[in-house]
Amino acid sequence: MSTGIKIKKNSYFDSVFLMQVAKGISNEPGIDQAIALMGTENNKTLLIKMGVKEKEIDAVSSNDVVIFIEGNKSPVNLVLNNIDRWFIRKATSLQTRAHTMDEALTIQPKANLAVISVPGRYAAREAREALEKGLNVFLFSNNVSVEEELSLKQYADQQGLLIMGPDCGTAIIAGVGIGFANSVRRGKIGVVGVTGTGLQEFTSLIHQAGLGISQAIGTGSRDLSDEIGGFSTFKALELLEGDPETELIVLVSKPPGIKTLDNLAKKLNQCSKPVVTCILGARQFRKKLKLKQSIVSTDTIAEAAMNAAAIVEGKSIKLPGISVTNYLGRIKKEKKLLATNQRYLRGIFAGGTFCYQAQQLAAAGDLQIHSNVPLAGMIKLTDPTTSMANSMVDMGEDYFTQSSPHPMIDSRLSKKRIIKEAHDPEVAVILLDFILGFMSSENPAGELAPAIMEAKKIRKNDGGHLIFIASVCGTDLDTQNLKEQLNILEEIGVIVMPSSAHAALLALEVVKDRQN
Amino acid sequence: MHEVKELLKIGPSVINIGVRDFGESLKKQGVEVTHLEWEPPRVVDQEITDILDKLL
Repeated sequence: MSTGIKIKKNSYFDSVFLMQVAKGISNEPGIDQAIALMGTENNKTLLIKMGVKEKEIDAVSSNDVVIFIEGNKSPVNLVLNNIDRWFIRKATSLQTRAHTMDEALTIQPKANLAVISVPGRYAAREAREALEKGLNVFLFSNNVSVEEELSLKQYADQQGLLIMGPDCGTAIIAGVGIGFANSVRRGKIGVVGVTGTGLQEFTSLIHQAGLGISQAIGTGSRDLSDEIGGFSTFKALELLEGDPETELIVLVSKPPGIKTLDNLAKKLNQCSKPVVTCILGARQFRKKLKLKQSIVSTDTIAEAAMNAAAIVEGKSIKLPGISVTNYLGRIKKEKKLLATNQRYLRGIFAGGTFCYQAQQLAAAGDLQIHSNVPLAGMIKLTDPTTSMANSMVDMGEDYFTQSSPHPMIDSRLSKKRIIKEAHDPEVAVILLDFILGFMSSENPAGELAPAIMEAKKIRKNDGGHLIFIASVCGTDLDTQNLKEQLNILEEIGVIVMPSSAHAALLALEVVKDRQN
Repeated sequence: MHEVKELLKIGPSVINIGVRDFGESLKKQGVEVTHLEWEPPRVVDQEITDILDKLL
C-alpha cells in the first residue's frame, strides 16, 4: 500500500465539490481511499492523525486544497500527476454570479432567500448580512456556536424574517426543494421539522399516499433546545397557521428542552388548524408535553404521515401505531436459514433520524443497542468503526464525515461496513436506509448492491444466511426514481419495507427471540 | 424588506452562498438563483475579523 499527497495552492472549493472529487478518485482502479479537504487547522490535525507527516502540510493554509490518497503505488502516482483533471467543474447552469451580497442583490433585487452553506466559522457572518439585507435564510452550515445561533434567531425574529438552521438540511418552500429534499407534489399538509431526514421521509410518505405538501420548513437541529428556545419552530408554526394552502400542521422533532416544553405546548394548543406531532426519542416524554386532546401525538414518522393523511382525507380518528404483522411471512423463510449462533442486528444508517428512531423502537422492545449516537439508556460504542452485539451506527455522524463524504452522497464507508459486519458470524440481520432526492447520490441502491451480494455470499459460505432489511426514502418524482431503486434491492433479496420505522421493527423481529 | 409570507406564496428567489450544487439544484427546479462566489476571508483570525466587523 502506498500513499501520496498533493497540495493545490490558493484554490477554494466547496465541501460538496471536494466530496465528489474524493468519491471520483476513490472509484479509480487501484485506489483504496482518497481525501480532498481545505487546509484548515482542524483538517490538518485530522490529516496528521491519518499518517500525513506534519512537515508535508506545515505551510498549507485554509485557502489551499490537500489531496491525500492511499492505494497501489502506480495508480496513486497516476492520479496525483494528473490531479487538475479532477478539479474541472462540469458546465454550470448558474450563469449569474456575484462576488458580494450587494452585487448579488443588484443582479437579483427580488431575491427573498439566502441559501448559505459556507464553513461553520464564517456562516453566522454571512447569515447576519443576509438578514440585514432583508433576506430570509436557509442555513445549511453546522458548527455555528449556540451564542451565534441565538443572536441570529433573535435578530431574524425582530425583523420578521425566517431563518431555517443552522444545521438545516432540507426544506420545501412553495413546491421548491431546498438542500437535501425529495420531489413531492404540492398539497394541504404543512410540516415543521427539527430533523432533516425525518422531514424527508415524512414528505415522501405523504406523496406516496397520493397527497401533497404545502410547505416543509426545517428549523435546524438545536432549535427546540433550551439554549435557543424554538424561535424558528414557533415562527414556522405561525407561518403555516397563516398559510392559506395549509390545512393541517405537523411537527416532526426530537425531544425539546425541558424549559421550552411549555412554550411549545402553548403554541400548538393555540393553533387554529388540526395538528399532528411526532416527537422522537422517548415515548414517556410525551406526557410532559401538555397538549390538548384534539392534537394527535405519534411515535414514528410513518405513524405521523398515516395520521396526517387520514385527517386530510376527512377521517379524524387516531390510527393505531404501525405494525409489521403482515410482513412476518417475509422473514419466516429467511430466519430458518440462519445458523444457531446468528443472533445480532446491525443497523448501518445514512439518516441520523432513522438511527435515532430505530433505537427508540428497540428501547420499546427492551433490546439494548450499542451506537455511536446512543439514545438515553443505550450503550455508546467505544470505537464507532466496530459494532458490538446489537448495534446501530449513524454513518453520517461527525466521526465519519470529517474525513469522508456523507453517506447520502457517497456510500463507500457503508459498503466497507456491510462487508465488515458480514464477517461477524453472530450477525443475523443488517438494517439499511436509502435516501433519494436532490443532492443525494445518483444511484444509492446500485452503489450498495455489490456489497450486499458479497456480504450474503460471505455468510452463506460459512453455512449461514444474512438477512437484509431496508427502507427507501423517496418518491417516483425523484431523479433516482423510487421504483427503480426498489427493484434493484428486491432483485438481490433485500426485504424493502414501506418506512424506516417498519424496517426497524421487522429487523427487531428477526433478533428478538435469539438473544440468549 | 421581504415579507416571509411572500416567500411561502410566490416561492424562493435565491442568493446562493457556498456549495454550488445547492444553487444548481434550485436552478433546475426553475428558481431564479444568483451564485455568490464565496471564499474564506484571507484574514483568518476570528478576533481581527470581529474587530473589523465592528469598525466597518
